Amino acid sequence: MTLEMTPIVNPEIADLTLLEGTAPVALTQWQLFRRRFFRHRLAMFGLFLLIVLCVCCFGAKWIAPYPNKQDLLADVVGPSRKHWFGVDLVGRDYLTTCLYAGRISLKIGLFVSLLATVFGTLTGAVAGYFGKVPDQILMRTTDLFLLLPALAVLAIALQQFGNSEITIIFVLAGLGWMGIARIVRGQVLSLKEKEFVEAARAIGCSHTRIILRHIIPNLVGPIMVNASLAVAGAIIAESTLSYLGFGVQPPKTSWGKLLADGKETIATKGYLLYFPGLLIILVTLAVNFLGDGLRDATDPQAKH
Amino acid sequence: MFSYVARRVMYSVPVLFVASFIVFVAVRLTFDPTVKFRQLRDPNALIRARAKYGLDDPIPIQYFKWFSRVVRGDFGISTRTGGAVWPMMTRALGFTVQLIIWGILLALILAIGIGVFSAIKQYSIPDYMFTGLSYIGVAMPPFWFGLILIQVLGVYVKQRFNLPRPFFYFIGLHSTGKKGLNADYLRHLVLPVLTLTVQLIAQWSRFERASMLDVLSSDFVRTARAKGVPRRRVVFRHAFRNALIPLVTDVATQTGALFGGLIITESIFSIPGMGRLFIEALLSGDIYVVLAFMIITGLFVILFNLIADMLYSVLDPRVRLA
Repeated sequence: MTLEMTPIVNPEIADLTLLEGTAPVALTQWQLFRRRFFRHRLAMFGLFLLIVLCVCCFGAKWIAPYPNKQDLLADVVGPSRKHWFGVDLVGRDYLTTCLYAGRISLKIGLFVSLLATVFGTLTGAVAGYFGKVPDQILMRTTDLFLLLPALAVLAIALQQFGNSEITIIFVLAGLGWMGIARIVRGQVLSLKEKEFVEAARAIGCSHTRIILRHIIPNLVGPIMVNASLAVAGAIIAESTLSYLGFGVQPPKTSWGKLLADGKETIATKGYLLYFPGLLIILVTLAVNFLGDGLRDATDPQAKH
Repeated sequence: MFSYVARRVMYSVPVLFVASFIVFVAVRLTFDPTVKFRQLRDPNALIRARAKYGLDDPIPIQYFKWFSRVVRGDFGISTRTGGAVWPMMTRALGFTVQLIIWGILLALILAIGIGVFSAIKQYSIPDYMFTGLSYIGVAMPPFWFGLILIQVLGVYVKQRFNLPRPFFYFIGLHSTGKKGLNADYLRHLVLPVLTLTVQLIAQWSRFERASMLDVLSSDFVRTARAKGVPRRRVVFRHAFRNALIPLVTDVATQTGALFGGLIITESIFSIPGMGRLFIEALLSGDIYVVLAFMIITGLFVILFNLIADMLYSVLDPRVRLA
């Protein structure tokens, strides 16, 4: 949707879209965001990396070189032209294993981020908007969880609820929503005093509508930034838990599990350790770049 | 100041109370320390064990009994070893504190050095290099870095130079039978300290760079320069000290979190600190050790948050605690 504004238009924004013979057209917020985001080189690099990794891992069935194959006679163990990542202890192609493991790691990262963001945003918005009791409950809960070492709480929770993929996702999300909730709450506290909220209330909008349609769209920036960073946090948390033995269980495997297994052969087959770690770093870097790009793109002070 | 501290302490008591209750219930419901007695022939063994560890009352009663003993400094007995929990915790704490002290020292020196350097030489090649490295440092799972360190500096160096023992040890903090501050200790210390500092260095150097840039562009620095104070003196006497203030509070809070945050480092390097004790207790359902770990680490977080706030007001007289 473009907004036509003939009289006063910020020339800095307008001259870029000034077509011959037409009135200057201001860009919408969304267009400005897209322009800034797609010109952010690091963010584009991160997005590209993330897409490539996701395609490779989720399409592992078609892309992986040796699905479901075991070569018991494989005499080359280290990385070679035939086996890019080498061969693991039982003669399976390690690239294939890494790609399949990536499916679980990425799935956990993406779903945890999604769940935590949705839940955190909603609670944060409700707490900030209504204040009083919901607000107190939220803030005290976050205080509580900031007190306890996160890894210890996660380990206990996984011990209690079992460690299938689904429970890992729910536990990580259940303990990861507080950060975003705090941020959203803080923003909502100032937004709810603005005129547009008053106007919405004056024309009879319900509280639900005000929160969902008027307040939250204004917070898309910080929410997205946080969501992208949460993906990295979840993947690293999952790998750490898997390393300690609280993560996914065989036959399923994730990058963290591969690292935990690779530790056993640290003296003889170091490459089993390198590749899953490098993949984790790649994903984390990609989402961090993406987060930086989103932050810059949603910064109202930034130039296009 | 005193009343502020008193109020903060008063305020954290109910938080700790509630936190300990939730943790107690969660831990009690999750772990059954009497599993190992279930397979014994003697039917009374289980009953005796339950009575010995005080597991017969309803859970809320158990909680109050346990809490009233904890307040008096008695953390109960370990269901795994049968020994008292408190001496176990203090011994473990000793190892953890060693790691924290060396780690914080190293991280501070490197992070401040890198941060100030990057700020002074903003947009230079080394600045970009450090930025890139800090991105990687943050993106790396810390335990992976630890394993790679073992692989490269521990195992590879030993194999390459055909040493009888690795140059950098990766098990414990001392060889058997040795103690004290000596070369042996240092050779044990290098790898775990590097593992735990890499993320801190990455974060703090970015932080210090940002705050240094902020201070360097402020009015009083410009005034000092305009008066004719040499740039070097302005940077190190005027700007440097002020740029440290935000970092100091961050360091204090993160130090508090480290007491419960070394689980991974201690597991990798087999250092019998708090984190390793916790993991062992967790795997064997040793509830009183798990609980003691949660309470003690929580106390450290509260303590160091308080220290952070107080340091801030001491360092920056504009900030008043009320």
